[in-house]
Amino acid sequence: MKILVSVKRVIDYNVKVRVKSDQSAVDLTNVKMSMNPFCEIAVEEAIRLKEKGVASEVVVVSVGSKSCQETLRTAMALGADRAIQVEAEDGLDSLSVAKLIAKVAQEEAADLVIMGKQAIDSDNNQTGQMVAALLDYPQATFASEIVIENGEAQVTREIDGGLQTLAITLPAVVTTDLRLNEPRFASLPNIMKAKKKPLDVKTSADLGVEVGSNVSIVSVTPPPQRAGGIKVGSVAELVDKLKNEAKVVS
Amino acid sequence: MSVLIIAEHDNKSLKPATLNTVTAATQIDADVHVLVVGFECQTVVEQASQVAGVSKVLVADNAAYEHQLAENVSKLVVEIAGDYGHILAPATTTGKNTLPRVAALLNVAQLSDVIKVESADTFVRPIYAGNAIATVKTTDPVKVLTVRATGFDAAASTGGSAERQVLSQVIASDRSRFVKEQLAESDRPELTAANVIISGGRGMGNGDNFKLLEGIADKLGAAIGASRAAVDAGFVPNDLQVGQTGKTVAPDLYIAVGISGAIQHLAGMKDSKVIVAINKDEDAPIFQVADYGLVADLFDAVPELEKSL
Ligand SMILES: Cc1cc2nc3c(=O)[nH]c(=O)nc-3n(C[C@H](O)[C@H](O)[C@H](O)COP(=O)(O)OP(=O)(O)OC[C@H]3O[C@@H](n4cnc5c(N)ncnc54)[C@H](O)[C@@H]3O)c2cc1C
Repeated sequence: MKILVSVKRVIDYNVKVRVKSDQSAVDLTNVKMSMNPFCEIAVEEAIRLKEKGVASEVVVVSVGSKSCQETLRTAMALGADRAIQVEAEDGLDSLSVAKLIAKVAQEEAADLVIMGKQAIDSDNNQTGQMVAALLDYPQATFASEIVIENGEAQVTREIDGGLQTLAITLPAVVTTDLRLNEPRFASLPNIMKAKKKPLDVKTSADLGVEVGSNVSIVSVTPPPQRAGGIKVGSVAELVDKLKNEAKVVS
Repeated sequence: MSVLIIAEHDNKSLKPATLNTVTAATQIDADVHVLVVGFECQTVVEQASQVAGVSKVLVADNAAYEHQLAENVSKLVVEIAGDYGHILAPATTTGKNTLPRVAALLNVAQLSDVIKVESADTFVRPIYAGNAIATVKTTDPVKVLTVRATGFDAAASTGGSAERQVLSQVIASDRSRFVKEQLAESDRPELTAANVIISGGRGMGNGDNFKLLEGIADKLGAAIGASRAAVDAGFVPNDLQVGQTGKTVAPDLYIAVGISGAIQHLAGMKDSKVIVAINKDEDAPIFQVADYGLVADLFDAVPELEKSL
């Protein structure tokens, strides 16, 4: 079984986000970038499936500028076998990214595509579902457990009401939620080895995919700030404030 | 052109997030239709028909739709999409599961978590865990959006009298099968619809200690929530997680107990009207958003708070 995993290079989750003064975008100059945490979970799951003997090969793909090769190398240091960079401007829209990933999945004849449920920059939570739709594959989003058996993936999903388990036939798309696994760290020798693993570069033209979107950004602004509150000295004072000042407790 | 909303429901009742989505829809166009896809979901259809502002309810009631599998619902929606300029769903796990599929099949973008309608083609949505607010314009022929409930007031659940139309198409994928569900049973209000929420974090120490919050929740009619750390540690189930990648809430009162206030948690609750934080670390970032902060050991403060309410 071959697994394709997509990874996205995003602002590190610990970085304090600042909006550019011209309100065109978030300022990413000299900001620490990392692999999107949900993509790390996706890579980890694929590697575990390979270690269990369920998968035979793990291919990682990223859509973006040359800098995303760094993210692909990280994924290979974690255990992915080889990588594909689809060259594109950073911040391409989800549907275009989905078309590119769907095409790679087809060319690779991947049995399972594992993707993060959302990227922590655009917070869209949609690319995996779009890849599945474009390929007419079944999907299981927000996965907290994946069991592969008899050509099927049994996936437990984190939904608003609790947990749901679906069985989907392969090929299929699964997107990861936080509880699926705890990703490992890359060891130094594996980081060195990853430098020698194959990394192919493709363009959207190579894949025969037309990219572009009808959505444009009007502005990006900082969120309204909450006015700071006060510290209360005791539970009694807190209760008094809630009853008589905020009037949210009767 | 009319707006179509995919109703959020569990075959028994219409979920409140649908009402907020109706409000968003009426800001786009006056003609709002609601699609109920489910199985033996007649009570939902009744409820949807009474929502103020809804002119038509479309019903697809079939065993194939019992679990609202995205593969089936998306194709059904695409079949009727031609009549609509906008297709909306609440930004719940169900809406987020289905709507991107609809958009991809229609070859258009999907805008997630819309919190404001500027006009019929321009919408506002948070990005970067709410640390930036994007205003985006789309010229797609059909605009497909998920709507964040906290951005819009709920439409009145009564007062409407929509006409009904039955959809007879049955789309049943043989490649996706429902196996089982473990749904949280609770007499408390739903987290995303509660007026008061009390949430616990890693500081709670273990799952048993969450009982300390229950007394207060009982007295205030509150829902109980949690941080990711509390869910990851197994103190409470995943459906309680509030934050960037969990649920977004905006109650009148949010009480954060033993929660540090990471940006990912704040993303899910900082639009609450009044925020209370109880934390023993006076430098915890949660105090920067709290209206009332109490620096105290929660194991002293929480029982005392319960007694004094
Ligand atoms: C991709 C990604 C997505 C994420 N999504 C979410 C999300 O949706 N929601 C979310 O919440 N987090 C999310 N996180 C995690 C987030 O970054 C934090 O790790 C998490 O919110 C911390 O939870 P916490 O505040 O309970 O724990 P901690 O940060 O460990 O804080 C515990 C707090 O309890 C206090 N405390 C301890 N003991 C006591 C006591 N006896 N009395 C009083 N106070 C006490 C401490 O002072 C401390 O401030 C996400 C992270 C990533 C990377």
